[in-house]
Amino acid sequence: MFDLKGYGNQLASGTLVTGEIFLASLALGLIIGLIAAFAKLSRWWLLRKTADLYSDIIRGLPELLTIFLIYFGIPIFIARLLSHVGIDFYLEVSPFVGGVVALSFYFGAYAAEIFRGAILSVPKGQIEAAEAFALSSAKIYRRIILPQAWRIALPPLGNMTLALMKNTALVSVIGLDELMRKTSMATAATHQPFTFYFTASLIYLAMTVMISVAMTFLERRTSRGVKEVQA
Amino acid sequence: MILDLICESLPPLLASSILTIHLTCISLAIGAFLSLPLGLGRLSKNRWIAGFCFAYVYYFRGTPLLVQIFLIYYGLPQIGLTLGAYMSALISLSLNTAAYTAEIIRGGIQAVAAGEIESAHAMGMTRSQVLCRIILPQMVGFALPAYGNEIILQIKATSLASTITLMDLTGMARTLAAETYAPLEIFSVAGIIYLAMVITTSKLVAWMERRWTAYRR
Repeated sequence: MFDLKGYGNQLASGTLVTGEIFLASLALGLIIGLIAAFAKLSRWWLLRKTADLYSDIIRGLPELLTIFLIYFGIPIFIARLLSHVGIDFYLEVSPFVGGVVALSFYFGAYAAEIFRGAILSVPKGQIEAAEAFALSSAKIYRRIILPQAWRIALPPLGNMTLALMKNTALVSVIGLDELMRKTSMATAATHQPFTFYFTASLIYLAMTVMISVAMTFLERRTSRGVKEVQA
Repeated sequence: MILDLICESLPPLLASSILTIHLTCISLAIGAFLSLPLGLGRLSKNRWIAGFCFAYVYYFRGTPLLVQIFLIYYGLPQIGLTLGAYMSALISLSLNTAAYTAEIIRGGIQAVAAGEIESAHAMGMTRSQVLCRIILPQMVGFALPAYGNEIILQIKATSLASTITLMDLTGMARTLAAETYAPLEIFSVAGIIYLAMVITTSKLVAWMERRWTAYRR
């Protein structure tokens, strides 16, 4: 059943691209999420509202629509903005960049909410104590808040990371040669759609299993200092 | 000019969102029906039943929905089972949400206090009585917030039906965007319709949750 008719290396190269979009979107998404979380906790009203609007809107949209909106819509939006100031310029976006930007904005919207909740969960007394020790606010963030918030944020962040892995398959619709599209090409040539899509699903499964194992490891590492409650 | 475009695209987009709502409701209903035995099976003492339910849930939660849809729509004909686009979308969406809902149900059941179940047994209730009178009603209360999220995720997931030619909200938006060369406006209007559906749903779930768990306050 698993005779891949010599398309095995095609699937492998697709898997590599899938891994690349995943890692790139994860990195960018974490940065966007962290910035948006700080904006949500900011003193300035406008910054807070903008970040809330961003995460509320994106979380209400289907992933697929977000990809279309960003890949097809944003270049037009930028071109129109620029034409108002008299510049004639069209931003050419590759499927890879478009996919990564869309997926990271999607991931970032959820990550922002997770980070916000985690930062708020650090007891206020600790922050006051740190202030009493005359730690600068940057130091309070780096030494007191973030290490503890990170531990709270990890489990929900792990779920979103798994969702991100699965969402990379959607980038195939804008024509990026990742695992899903390579699989479609292989089925077109071999007329064995079941064999190939099932193989692809097992490759995705292997990747999500790897991510969950990595997450369990990270969670165990970050909660070294925490006593477990015995039920 | 933009306003004209939006006015013209709104009726077909709204009409196509009926298919989105239809797919969401029916797949959620089938999924809920399948998820109860799956969720209970995960907690079964029988190793084979628990193993099967674990494998099912793991596979459907660990692979992208897009692959599952393609596997059913394009893949099944290879082994002699041809389904239309609508049936394929409906089946894959149902099987997918069944896996997620089964996990929510399992969590809800495990949240029921063990002491309550023991005392129900001590009162002489049969196993099915304990399940129907003690476990399931409380499970619904515990599971509702998570299930509300699942409903919203399912509304969004139906957009993948557009990848196998169905004309749901996303499918219609893609077609209109290609016809009018105005993807920014069309996809934005579609996005607003999705947002409206998601916000309505979350308000509805919050209301239901307040009613179902009224006894806790």
